[in-house]
Order: sequence, then structure tokens, then C-alpha cells
Amino acid sequence: MTIEKGVEVMDRIPILKMGSFLLVTIQVDMHDQLALALQDDLTERIVRDRATGVLIDISALDIVDSFIGRMLGNIASIARILDAETVVVGMQPSVAITLVELGLSLPGIRTALNIDRGMELLRAANSGVAAGDGFEES
Amino acid sequence: MTTTRLPEIISRNQEELLNAWLRLQTEMFSARRDRVSESQLRAQSHNFLIALIDAVSRSAGSDIGATEWSGMRDLLSELSRQRAAQGFSPRETATFVFSFKRPLFALLRVEYTDHQALADDMWAATELLDKLGLYTIEIFQKTREDVIMRQQQEMLELSTPVVQLWHGILALPLIGTLDSARTQIVMQNLLEAIVAKGADLAIIDITGVPTVDTLVAQHLLKTVAAARLMGAECIISGIRPQIAQTIIHLGVDLGGVLTKATFADAFQLALRKKSLAIARA
Amino acid sequence: MVLKRVDLQITAPEDVVVVRQTTRSLAVEAGLSLIDQTKIITAASELARNTLIHGGGGTAAVEIVRESPKEGLRLTFEDKGPGIPDLERAMQDGYSTGGGLGLGLGGSKRLSSEFRIQSKAGLGTRVVIARWKG
Repeated sequence: MTIEKGVEVMDRIPILKMGSFLLVTIQVDMHDQLALALQDDLTERIVRDRATGVLIDISALDIVDSFIGRMLGNIASIARILDAETVVVGMQPSVAITLVELGLSLPGIRTALNIDRGMELLRAANSGVAAGDGFEES
Repeated sequence: MTTTRLPEIISRNQEELLNAWLRLQTEMFSARRDRVSESQLRAQSHNFLIALIDAVSRSAGSDIGATEWSGMRDLLSELSRQRAAQGFSPRETATFVFSFKRPLFALLRVEYTDHQALADDMWAATELLDKLGLYTIEIFQKTREDVIMRQQQEMLELSTPVVQLWHGILALPLIGTLDSARTQIVMQNLLEAIVAKGADLAIIDITGVPTVDTLVAQHLLKTVAAARLMGAECIISGIRPQIAQTIIHLGVDLGGVLTKATFADAFQLALRKKSLAIARA
Repeated sequence: MVLKRVDLQITAPEDVVVVRQTTRSLAVEAGLSLIDQTKIITAASELARNTLIHGGGGTAAVEIVRESPKEGLRLTFEDKGPGIPDLERAMQDGYSTGGGLGLGLGGSKRLSSEFRIQSKAGLGTRVVIARWKG
């Protein structure tokens, strides 16, 4: 962690491996470079760990702007090409309302209330069973 | 800059003007003396004079919305809000400004020798004071409206609770007419309940809503979209034929939103989605 | 009437974060509701990034403002960049010259109580947004 201009600049966001899934918990206000680094790191890890699912926990984020939205969308698209599903969990109500107002619909990204539900979704997707209560943006 | 002599005249005769005005106000509100203390009234009147001198000397016209008048507007807003809270009527509050005319005009008649200049400046002063008086009434009304709205919101929160039907299934029965503000609050409550109860299914029932306009329909749709982003799904139920027609007529696109005619149908659908069913014993 | 003002430089990506954080702290100070805070901070983030990427860098001024009966936050973003030749198009969603989603300007407008933009090709751009309480 470094400090630049009084802002804690985290060098990399940690990615945890949980079975065949990868879990990322975003807890800092990311600047653009950090978001792009996350995208790169995740892509590499999906391949390296042969992950079949990616869980992105944004329950700590109280701002999601179009750049972060785009990053999430990119991750989902890239993951899909690598045969992995992405689920974004824990979006805060005011963030959701703001994103809708902003016009961001996050296509191709599944969402869930929390990590547990997100995992259920991923497991169901993996085992080929249609998940009853999770669903995808179109 | 202005060519009127008003600021100079008022400034030079500030003390006498203030005293004459205060005497008049006290006369008019002898019954209310317990509500506004003498020192407070003196301070408010004094500040009004200062703000008036300042604004008139800096601005040429009578547009009280201009930046030169912002100090005066702030002063009158504060006064108006206070008076509203103290139980004064709008007319009593505006009289603070209107009562200033009498001592001012008495002074001007003494100061001017040129009849035309006197007429011009009295007219200019009347215009200004009328606008300022009306401004206090506007603020007064807005304050009253704010209080009513707040009370309505509180009543609303009590009358439109979000109900948990089952694990993970919430119901929001909307009753009565929906206006934009109310809808927004209710919807925020729903989204917060989704997080608090960990529910991923919400039934929004509008059986008890007589009419839905474009704004309300948009809010409903935005709520459904926001809930989706959070990982929860909404079913809108209780869409009566008239409302269904209105929605089509308004061109609102419900695309992809689950809807059911009755609340019971919506509940059944919700249970099915959770792979649950109600069986007879 | 400006009750408080913070001036910021936008010259590097970290500065966009500083704009967000400053906007947040002033929005809290101004007493904006949580949802209003989220909206103005998000709009600020979009516009700060625009200033950096399209404007080649610039400044942001964050102010707590009271203009009876309105009170809240006002932000001004300025740059001396290439300017926006076709403002109308730029305000439309989906139009982007930077490979983005093109939601920056239109989105910021939707998230704000007030939105004003002045831009001249070759001279620069100035965007002022405000979020009022209630």
C-alpha cells in the first residue's frame, strides 16, 4: 500500500481462490489504474486456476460509476469467453438506484444479494441445473 | 448602481425610520407581543434596513431574484420560517414588510421637493416592497408545505410497511394515490428491506392504487431494475384493467418485468420460484 | 451564498478519487441524504474523469451553497482542452469518443438537480452541476 496525494493507493486487489471459484472483495475507492489491474489479474487467474466462476463482492462500495460498471462488464465478458460465470454480489440500494438513473444496466452480469447466494448461483450454473431464483441482466 | 436617492435617504435617517417602523409594528401586533420579543423584532427590522440599503444601492432594478438580493432573501426566508413555526398567519408575516411602507413614505414626503422624483421613487419603493412581501408569503407557504409533506411521509411509512411473507419473499402492498415523492420513498424502503431481510423476491401489489401515471410507472420500473442489480426479483401484481390500459396508452415498456393480475397469483409464482408449494395436510 | 469551497486540481487518475472523496465529505456536511450523496458523487466522478481524459486535465471546485430556498452542493469542472464540437450529440447516451459507454454527460445530468455546460472547440469546457437538498 502506498500513499499518493493523501490517498491510500492500494497496489493490487487480492483475489481469493475458493474451490473452483475466485472471490474478489472490493473494499477501497478504486482509481482507474487499480480497476484495470484487477481486470488483468482476474483474467490471468481464471486461466491459471481454471476457475469456473468469479464472485465479485461490492457490498463495501458506495459509489459505482460508469468506469467501474464497464470494468465489471468487461470482467464478465472475458470470463465467459474463458468459460467461467461471473456474479456480482452485495450492491447497495443507493448504488443500484444511481446506476439505474445513470442508465447502466450491466448486461451479461448475474447478481445476487450476498456471497452465499452468489455461490449457490455459481454451483447451480456449473452443475447445469437452471438456478431458480438467480437471473441475468439482458 | 442606481440613481435613486432611496439608499442614501434611508441610511441617513436609519434610527428614526427604525423607531417609527417598530412603533407601528408593535401597535399592529400588540396581541402577539409574547410570540416575538421586542429585542428580536428590533434586530430583525434593523437587519432588514441594512439589507435593503445594501441591495438597492448595488442593483438597478426591482428583480429580487438577482444575486444582489440574496442577502435579503436569506433574511426574509429565515424570518418567514420562524414566523410560520411560531404560528403566525401568512398575512401577519408579510405585514412585516408591508408595514414598512408607512414610515418610509412619510419620510420620503419630507425629503423630496420635486414631485416627479418623489412619485418615481415612491413607486419604485412600492414595487420592491410588494415583491419582498410576496416573497415572504411564498416561503411561508413552502414551509407549511414542507411540514405537511414530512407529516405525510411519516404517516406513509406507518401505513405502507414492507411485509415478509416467507423466507426470502417480501410483499409491498401499495394503497392510495401515488405521487412521485411518495413512490420514491416507498421504493427506497423496499430496497432497504431487501438487504435487511435478505429477500431475493419482492411482490409489489398495486391493487389498491386507483391510477398510475407515467412518472409513477417509471419509478416502479426503476425500482424493479435496481432490485435486479442487487440480486432480487420483483413481481408486480394487482394490475387492474384500467391501469393495464393506461400503461399501454402511455407507452411504458414493461419489458421483462414479471406481472400477475392478482396478489394470490403472484404469491404462487413466488413460491414456485423458490421451489416451494403449499400442500394440504 | 457559498458557505464552503474546496478547489482541486485534476491532473492524474488519483485526482478523480480525491474529487469523489472531497465531494462526499462536503455532501455529508451539507446534509444531503444518502441517495443524493451517491448521485452527486457519481456524477462528480464521471465529470472529473471527463476533465482528465478528454480535457487533458483541469480543475474542480466543490462548494456548499445556499441560494434561498435551495441549499446543497455545487461542482464546477473546467478544462482548457479541445472542447466539444457537437454538444447535442455528446449529451446523448451511447455516444462516446473515448471508448466508453458514453454515459458521462447525459448520466451526470440525470443525476443532478441542475446541469449547465459551456464548451467551445479549441477553447475548453466548463460544466457546472448542483444537487439540492430535498
